[in-house]
Amino acid sequence: MNSLLDNKFTGKKKETIALLVLAVILLACFPLMFDIFRLNLVGKYLSLAFASVGLVLCWGYGGILSLGQGLFWGLGGYAMAAFLKLEAAIDISHEAGTDQLKALTTIGLPDFMDWNQITELPYIWYPFKSFPLTLLMMIGLPGLLAFIIGNAMFRRRVSGVYFAIITQALCWIMEILFVTRQGWTGGINGITDLRSCLGWDIRSTSAQYILYFATVILLLGAVLVGKLVLRTKFGQLLIATRDMEDRVRFSGYDVASIKIFIFTLAAMISAVGGAMFVFNVGFMSPKLITIEPSVYMVIFCALGGRNSLVGAVYGTLIVSFGRTFFSEEFPALWMLLMGSVFILVTLVFPRGVAGIVEDYGSVLYNKFKNYKLSKKKIEPVE
Amino acid sequence: MSNLLCFIDLFSDYNAEELTSIFVMQGFAGLSLFAVFLLMALGLAIIFGQMQVINMAHGEFLTIGAYTTVFISDMVTNYIPGFTRYYFLFAILAAFIVAYIVGYIVEVLLVSKLYRRPLDTLLATWGVSMIIRQILRFIFGAREDSAVMPDWLMGSWSPSDTIDIPINGLFLFATAIFMTLLVFLLMYKSRWGLRVRATVQNREMANAVGINSKKVDRMTFALGCGIAGIAGAAFTTIGSVSPSAGSLYLVDTFIVVVFGGAGSLIGTILSAFGIAQAQSILEFFLSGVLAKVFVLVCIVGVLMLRPQGLVANKVRK
Amino acid sequence: MSLKEYILEISDLTVSFDGFKAVNSVALYVEKGSIHVVIGPNGAGKTTLLDLICGKTRPTFGKIEFMGQDITHLPEQSIVQAGIGRKFQTPSIYPTLTVFENLEVSYPKGRSVFGALTFKRDKKVIDRINEIAKMIFLHEMLDTPGELLSHGQKQWLEIGMLLIADPELLLLDEPVAGMSVDERVQTGKLLNEICKERSVLIIEHDMNFVREIAHTVTVLHQGAVLAEGPMAFVESNEKVIEVYLGE
Repeated sequence: MNSLLDNKFTGKKKETIALLVLAVILLACFPLMFDIFRLNLVGKYLSLAFASVGLVLCWGYGGILSLGQGLFWGLGGYAMAAFLKLEAAIDISHEAGTDQLKALTTIGLPDFMDWNQITELPYIWYPFKSFPLTLLMMIGLPGLLAFIIGNAMFRRRVSGVYFAIITQALCWIMEILFVTRQGWTGGINGITDLRSCLGWDIRSTSAQYILYFATVILLLGAVLVGKLVLRTKFGQLLIATRDMEDRVRFSGYDVASIKIFIFTLAAMISAVGGAMFVFNVGFMSPKLITIEPSVYMVIFCALGGRNSLVGAVYGTLIVSFGRTFFSEEFPALWMLLMGSVFILVTLVFPRGVAGIVEDYGSVLYNKFKNYKLSKKKIEPVE
Repeated sequence: MSNLLCFIDLFSDYNAEELTSIFVMQGFAGLSLFAVFLLMALGLAIIFGQMQVINMAHGEFLTIGAYTTVFISDMVTNYIPGFTRYYFLFAILAAFIVAYIVGYIVEVLLVSKLYRRPLDTLLATWGVSMIIRQILRFIFGAREDSAVMPDWLMGSWSPSDTIDIPINGLFLFATAIFMTLLVFLLMYKSRWGLRVRATVQNREMANAVGINSKKVDRMTFALGCGIAGIAGAAFTTIGSVSPSAGSLYLVDTFIVVVFGGAGSLIGTILSAFGIAQAQSILEFFLSGVLAKVFVLVCIVGVLMLRPQGLVANKVRK
Repeated sequence: MSLKEYILEISDLTVSFDGFKAVNSVALYVEKGSIHVVIGPNGAGKTTLLDLICGKTRPTFGKIEFMGQDITHLPEQSIVQAGIGRKFQTPSIYPTLTVFENLEVSYPKGRSVFGALTFKRDKKVIDRINEIAKMIFLHEMLDTPGELLSHGQKQWLEIGMLLIADPELLLLDEPVAGMSVDERVQTGKLLNEICKERSVLIIEHDMNFVREIAHTVTVLHQGAVLAEGPMAFVESNEKVIEVYLGE
């Protein structure tokens, strides 16, 4: 059933229009409509959308459901947070006026390390002294992890619900490690109080504007990368693997490497989002990388339409806005609503918002076309 | 690396006798965990084995069973206090029935519509779990409740000076074993079990010989949920209940099922036992969370080597 | 006799599932350029035999040699790349992709991840796809999604997907099952066309069809070879008659 429509989704024209509309909304409408506080909030939501875009690729097209996407998103975020924290740690030593304060802080050492009686910077923090290395770690670390997990799982033909559960367990392991290794990670509080990047104050209004636009452009870039990948023969292979894995294998392809690639790509895209999140909000916390946020990422993607890269962004915005609104006004209803959304997008609208837009869009388009046609027919009579 | 070395070093602070006592006591403490794992996993495993469905709301059925027990306990202590000694056995039955009914409804309304779409079922039942949790919060509030324990469940048994074993743990253990035997008899010795196994192996064929596979699905799902309800009743003897109590066991339970080899009762029992004991004994030496990480890492490692789980049947696909 | 050239040589092949021997020390030799048919009652181990050749199932022991190369333990994709194509019993094509895309995905270029990402749909590819589409009678349906094809057309498409990879040996699991009489005749022509350049190993139930196309027939029964030879010879074999009619 929903397969026929897959083809419509990849119809180049429609996809391009959808992407342009999204670009206009994000780059023009939102900045004009919202004040900087709200816009910053949107920026925060959009940095979550990176994970859902990744999920469209690996779940929607590749059939690999990862319930641990927060893990990669979070690693990207932690990498960036580590860099910003080191910079803040050096700054604060300049600020510290009194001798008393100086005695309490160690120059160049993040505050939480002080609190945990760590006197020297751990080796794993060394790369985060350099910005280029941090960028490399931010994308490379989650990518490498995904590559290793993918190799271990897909080569052994672990798939479907097994894979989903294992990614969930991995996510849990990572959360526990980040919470317990307080001296290295800031524990349950995470890495907080990030102020500047390469001397640029990221908390000023102008910086928040710039960061918002940077987030949007990177996100649109991620969507574009996804589109380009799907447009190649690899994209066809991915769908083929999702629908008929054995047929692909017996057409001479190494199915595992197809899955590993898309899973790794999804992880790296998520990681960029984590880093942008840190820029937008100024902290990183283990609560953001655990099981629940990871499931939320899946629901963003499912609500938006698991086969629509653009839809994933809308899905993220709708759920996140809804969550903010309801948790202020009716927190109890939110859980019920969210639960129903989970059920509805699987039972009634498996193609999500994108599917609904698509259906109504084609109805309108056809009406418009018929209208034009009927007009043309009438004209000669006149 | 240093962690691993610490790990070997752990035991050196204790002498042999102390170590034995520690192992025995933690081992028995692990039995309570084993019982909850086993009951939860049993339900999940028969559902997964039958329909390839992962029930993300399974934890909530534990919670439902636990609240049923708490509710009956409140009723009994308030209105018929003389009955307090015996109510618990009825509570177990009630927990089963309530969870069974809720499970039946969920199957009819939802799971049956998503047949052959395991990943979608996973998401939909996650939605169910959120809804049930919120409804429980409406009814019982967010605070923790606990059932009144009959006095014969309290206290402990001390076979030697250094060993102290709580009675409720033993009771839990006995319940779990009893239920497992019951499920085993049901699946392998009854006519109904034959139908279930026939449907698992060849659904079309089973339909053709007049088995109503829809009905079998429905009963299996409800039965799995009912057993989780019993896990809930058992759970009240070792902890207090909150709306999210069950969801804490969810991931553990999945891991038990997957680790044991889906669809294999023996595998489920072995893996529940292994994981509960490993966690409980390691907890004494490491901090609770690190024990958990250690166990999880081991399981993920084993699963990479044997993705089909510990015990699996070899068949032509 | 020794002048015969074998493309596939199977010796002492056995697989056991929990003690049940689905295939029991089978020896089978497929001649180059021939149509070799395996028949046998249900549960004789025919599909398992194909699974073993293409690597879907691994043998408990025994050896499979393809053009002199031991392929018994090669990964599935390497077996395909060596030149063996497998068609499944239920037609397995990609339902969401069009006929053209189905063939394109099976085109033997761009098989690595990087290759697939940089794959170009050039004239050579398009020509080849058109050529194959003509062979399998689907050249007018290139833009139709796979799932809208009739059952018989799906069978052809899957054969086409194998042909485009230019294999030396085709393994076909019941290629005419569910086909109309006309479609069956066409398939017979197609197979005769195919075996001009390559060898074919077929599992089939339809005895009339087997009579029409088979060069050599092997009868499997309970996992073991019961008889082998030309169809006429096999049909008159007493053991074979007993197995087929005795039940």
